[in-house]
Amino acid sequence: MSEQASGFKLPYPAIDPLECKACGRCIAACPKKVIRMGQKLNARGYTFAEYLGEGCIGCLNCFYVCPEPNAIAVHVDAKEAR
Amino acid sequence: MEKVIQTRGLYKTFPRKGGSAQTATHYCPGCEHGVLHKLIGEALADLGLQDRTVVISPVGCSVFAYYYFDTGNIQVAHGRAAAVGTGISRTKNDAVVISYQGDGDLASIGLNETLQAANRGEKIAVFFVNNTVYGMTGGQMAPTTLVGEKTETSPEGRDPLQAGYPLHMAELISQLKAPVYIARVSFSNMAKLRQARQAIRKALEIQRDGKGYAFVEVLMACPTNQKMNVEAAIRFVSEQMEAEYPLGVLRDRSGEAKTLVRAESDYRKETLDRLLHLDTDRAPDAKLDPSARTVSVKMAGFGGQGVLSMGVILARTACAAGKFVSWYPSYGPEQRGGTANCGVVISGQPVGSPVVAEADVLVAMNRPSLEKFAGEVKPGGLLIYNAAIGEFAAPAGVRVLAVPAQELAKQGGSPRASNTAMVGVLAALGGFGLPDAVYREAIATHFSGKESVVKQNEAVFELARQWGAKQKP
Amino acid sequence: MATQLVKGNTAVIIGALYAGCDSFFGYPITPASEILHEAAKKFPAAGRRMVQAESEEAAINMVFGAGATGRRTMTASSGPGISLKQEGVSYLSGAQVPAVIVDIMRAGPGLGNIGPEQGDYNQVVKGGGHGNYRNLVLAPASVQEMCDFTRKAFELAQKWRMVVFVLADGVLGQMIEPLRFPEASVAPETDTSWAVDGTAVTRPNVVTSIFLNFDQQEAFNRQLQEKYAAVEAAEQDSEDYRMEDADIGLVAYGISARIAQGAVDAARAEGIRAGLFRPKTLYPFPKDALNAFVAKGGKQLVSVEMSNGQMRDDIKLAVECRCPVHLANRLGGNLITRDEVLAKVREAAKKA
Repeated sequence: MSEQASGFKLPYPAIDPLECKACGRCIAACPKKVIRMGQKLNARGYTFAEYLGEGCIGCLNCFYVCPEPNAIAVHVDAKEAR
Repeated sequence: MEKVIQTRGLYKTFPRKGGSAQTATHYCPGCEHGVLHKLIGEALADLGLQDRTVVISPVGCSVFAYYYFDTGNIQVAHGRAAAVGTGISRTKNDAVVISYQGDGDLASIGLNETLQAANRGEKIAVFFVNNTVYGMTGGQMAPTTLVGEKTETSPEGRDPLQAGYPLHMAELISQLKAPVYIARVSFSNMAKLRQARQAIRKALEIQRDGKGYAFVEVLMACPTNQKMNVEAAIRFVSEQMEAEYPLGVLRDRSGEAKTLVRAESDYRKETLDRLLHLDTDRAPDAKLDPSARTVSVKMAGFGGQGVLSMGVILARTACAAGKFVSWYPSYGPEQRGGTANCGVVISGQPVGSPVVAEADVLVAMNRPSLEKFAGEVKPGGLLIYNAAIGEFAAPAGVRVLAVPAQELAKQGGSPRASNTAMVGVLAALGGFGLPDAVYREAIATHFSGKESVVKQNEAVFELARQWGAKQKP
Repeated sequence: MATQLVKGNTAVIIGALYAGCDSFFGYPITPASEILHEAAKKFPAAGRRMVQAESEEAAINMVFGAGATGRRTMTASSGPGISLKQEGVSYLSGAQVPAVIVDIMRAGPGLGNIGPEQGDYNQVVKGGGHGNYRNLVLAPASVQEMCDFTRKAFELAQKWRMVVFVLADGVLGQMIEPLRFPEASVAPETDTSWAVDGTAVTRPNVVTSIFLNFDQQEAFNRQLQEKYAAVEAAEQDSEDYRMEDADIGLVAYGISARIAQGAVDAARAEGIRAGLFRPKTLYPFPKDALNAFVAKGGKQLVSVEMSNGQMRDDIKLAVECRCPVHLANRLGGNLITRDEVLAKVREAAKKA
């Protein structure tokens, strides 16, 4: 997923709506509170987390606390990435 | 330039899982197995270990860990992962072995395997999921369940008077000398999660370097069986579990620990032949001679009189002379102190039963054996016994001889070798048709490595043989 | 060729070494302990691995781990220990991991005693763990066969991806006889098509016995049964002694066979046409050869065993009741004697 395709500025979390099980861990872990639980259901019957679209600082908290391997990837600027 | 931080070390999709959702785990929402899987996978990928790694899936919720880890995978019986890991690691020195186990598996049914593998310092990284409850089987009490915690099998809360106290595995293992690294971690906030990430990485670096046993206990939320929402379950971990189970690195000897290298198998025949002493202990193949008489010998005495050894020397002699022969002892506790006996059958053809029920020759070293077995000597058979036994009413029709075995042994220079003295007498009177020189060879082989013992026994044998040759039983 | 005077339990380890067995995992138990002792002495000296396990369960699961890497591995025990290993045997069978187990039978049930018995027949030949699996079972009757059958067990285990038992008794374990040594040693290859040994080539593999889906589990079970049918067709093995013109066939394995052989000679001396049929494989039971004897006019069979008719059941199944099958047995650690067998043969002769 490229910056253009997502429409988000780096850094940002790419949350796959299908893979989210709505546990809410990413929301609790986000220091900037830029992830929220959506209202819609995905194809597996869960609501899913959504990025508000701006404010991500690329801390990776959401990525590491997310228990689903394919639900969250975080896109960051390669120069800033550790 | 953009970089994508994403899950590594796990498969992209999970076809082994089957069903419709082959990109999602089988774990419940908020279950932290997925977090641990991702951290282990990331460390394996970063350290370049996936080709070398074998992940052991236990029984419990992580029974299907092999759906996810992009490594070699083995699924094993409940509680046995540490033993299986031992088998893998001992066999493949370079394998990175990961044992992933829950609290029921590791701390209850598998406690013995767990502690013993840790105590041997096996090259295994153990990731121990402690969520205080059985998951897969439906929320029963675990060894790690907190006092007062309600489960399906502690409906009023765990009562320590009834069910004991929570088992502290990391502390238990830290009583052992061999483990290289022991830590307890949790994911209950981001700082702790990052410490957990370091601990997991450390445990795997120790495996990369082959340094030994690493144990990482991970306190985890199980919202489903703890019957809480995710937020409450995390709070339960941070407020209650961490109060009972303090986090931290209990031991880190990764710096000083040395790489442990297991042997490589040597399959060469020369190696085995040498190891089994085929150069020095080698008899001709038995020769078929149906005309030769089959002779059954029984030897009996008390443990310590060398009765079994006497039989082996006779059997060795027969074997070295190309005869078919068998030796069969009474065995077990009775050989440690009580009476002992053995039967030797010498033949020109394959020996049928090795058990001597009727003897052509009986050698009795003490009175109880003499009385017990005298009746089993065939008519016309030979009965020789230790003269120290004293008066004895011999059965009719049997040739009888009292042998001053102890005196002969003493004269020969080895007071304990009265059994060898009996062999000497047998050489003269047994009627086995075995050359004297072969007896001497057998004695040399039997006591090989102990030159003075060989010499003394040869002397006793020769003296007794000459004495025997003069007797007419 | 080289011959050495060797104890039965030692011969097992000699066979294992020349067969290229990589590892031995065991727990002490009389009368099998000497196998463990010999492994401790000899395995490390040849670079092979030996671990004294904390329990029989641990030992069999170490075997599971070592076997899953595709290398040759073994354990040995006696009745009570074999009972404890049964869980592992089921898992090995379910995951089709090759392994060799030597059982030096003693008297049971329970702790019993350490005398020789053959009461493990059912738990070894019929299974003993859960599920629809079979073990290949070899029954040696001499020190030579303790070595040779152990070697063969490794070949068969690898060929069929099965657990292969060498089922012997206390007498065979404890006795000493001349052993002709193997003429070659084996350096086995790892079958990377299924093994998991921590290498790139085996990374895609999984060793497991779970199929959550019932139909998959059934299909796997069916596949196992097909394999067992092939084993039954290919691996039956037995030996005849004076069976050509016999009316009465004694059937015996292990030490019982050697005693029964003496009874055959004694019966022949009395004019009774007896012979000995000695199964060398107990699973598959050598029913084809036994049926050939019955078809040829064999009138009576006598199962000579140191157990309560466990093998007699298999004989009956094999001959489908086409002739009577008598039982001559002793229990409790007592060896059956030639004369006890002979008495049964005489009885059978009256009915023949």
